[in-house]
Amino acid sequence: MKRSRIFYVNLAFTLLVCAFLIVPIFLSMLAGVTVNFFQGIKSGLTLSWVIEVWSLYADTIFLSLLIAVACLICNLLIGVPAAYVLARKSGRVARMIEETLVLPIAIPGLAIALALIVTYGGIREFRLSWLFILVGHVLYTLPFMIRSVLAVLSSFDFRTLEEGAASLGAGFWKRFRTIIIPNCRAGILAGSLMVVTLSVGEFNLTWMLHTPLTKTLPVGLADSYASMRLEIGSAYTLVFLIMILPLLIALQLYGRPRAAKTTISDPE
Amino acid sequence: MKHSEYPRLILLMLPVAIVFLAFFLLPMARLILIGGSGENGFSEYLSIFHTPRHFESLVSTVLLSAAVTIAAVIISAVTGVFLERNRFPGREVLISMLTFPLAFPGVVIGFLVIMLAGRQGLANEISQALTGSRLVFAYSMAGLFTGYLYFSIPRVILTIMAAAEKLDPALEEAARSLGASRWQVIRDVILPALKPALIASGAIAFATAMGAFGTAFTLATNIDVLPMTIYTEFTLNANFATAAALSIVLGTITWLALYISRSIAGSTVAAAA
Repeated sequence: MKRSRIFYVNLAFTLLVCAFLIVPIFLSMLAGVTVNFFQGIKSGLTLSWVIEVWSLYADTIFLSLLIAVACLICNLLIGVPAAYVLARKSGRVARMIEETLVLPIAIPGLAIALALIVTYGGIREFRLSWLFILVGHVLYTLPFMIRSVLAVLSSFDFRTLEEGAASLGAGFWKRFRTIIIPNCRAGILAGSLMVVTLSVGEFNLTWMLHTPLTKTLPVGLADSYASMRLEIGSAYTLVFLIMILPLLIALQLYGRPRAAKTTISDPE
Repeated sequence: MKHSEYPRLILLMLPVAIVFLAFFLLPMARLILIGGSGENGFSEYLSIFHTPRHFESLVSTVLLSAAVTIAAVIISAVTGVFLERNRFPGREVLISMLTFPLAFPGVVIGFLVIMLAGRQGLANEISQALTGSRLVFAYSMAGLFTGYLYFSIPRVILTIMAAAEKLDPALEEAARSLGASRWQVIRDVILPALKPALIASGAIAFATAMGAFGTAFTLATNIDVLPMTIYTEFTLNANFATAAALSIVLGTITWLALYISRSIAGSTVAAAA
């Protein structure tokens, strides 16, 4: 099939946009393994920057992982049940609660962080612990988990399934466990991937909430960009990219259960 | 079975309600009060219009965000519709590449702009090789624009592609068979159908750009965008009332942008983002 000229113009434009997004990533990864970036690739390749990053910043990587896992657990414990209630109730109060729960997406992280600091900054133990950062991450990621589960719940008629189970004698908690949770798996998975990815990369809130002893990966990144040579910043970025790459790929594979569902059951 | 289940539903909602009340609603209320606790009282909230430095910061942030939004929506509409309409080898890879940076933190994007437009950046090298003159703009408004555009494109493109998927090609064929030119089809058929998605994704891009802190933190050492002004007031000047008032103003602007777009475009589209 012969393509029109306009097809190729469009294709060229799309490739240009892709290059704009991908070339800097590639450059940064390359700089992280180059002996001297100023002299260029001919100065040789090395892993010594990456090793140096590991010795300087390994603790930030572990703290970020710890917070991401804790954040996910909090989301599963409080977000999934909330999404179910919001899917059950269609009244004004339920919509108002939903609006409130997704507010942290609409309000910049900086404002949320300031609010937390002026309210709880005085409680020393709390302010100095990583739990202070965790609170911020849970607020910020919760809307994504709730929306993801809510999207799946609104794509099939879970009430009919529940009524069937109820008529067979299943109680409330049994139905929640054996019908709602298993049917929401796709949404919970997509939400979980989003939560972990966002938590690992969160900076806006974390920069305000962190202390010298509770530095996460993105905080360390900002630190290295400001005070280390370009190669170290690049190597650190490389480590970060390698960490979130599996998450991003998984997100592309499982991240949009809603689209798949709605095309089958909901022509709207 | 409905009424007997109310207590259990409330029980399921309780944890989230407690967390939100304690760590979001209460702190936000306190921030609003602190915004009015300075020597100016609640007129501190109007200081953004009276203090030239704050007002300039607000204006430049709004202008920058608006410019980024328009550029991101145009670029994403062209590529999004193109990728949705055409099937060719490598298409999936291109889509992955375009949505890949979605979860990058702002600081990393700032650093990528340094890679592109910093002193040792690609733009400078190309410019040196071609014309012999230096080209370094990472730490200027152009650098901020580049960074903001970088994180806006993936967000906007996802929403636009989801909407373009639902376009009915039969309508365009009908328009064409009735003699409409290519541009007429775009103007009268495709754009109106995409309008809700364009508005929704534009609002998301605008709100994200207004509140972007990480990218500005890396690049805007000499530029006053609102998040940097708030940060400076809070950490360097210890001016808590001003910082609180400014961040409430900023939060209101971003929330309003999203709220208005949703009431125009409908919630279904915004939820897809």
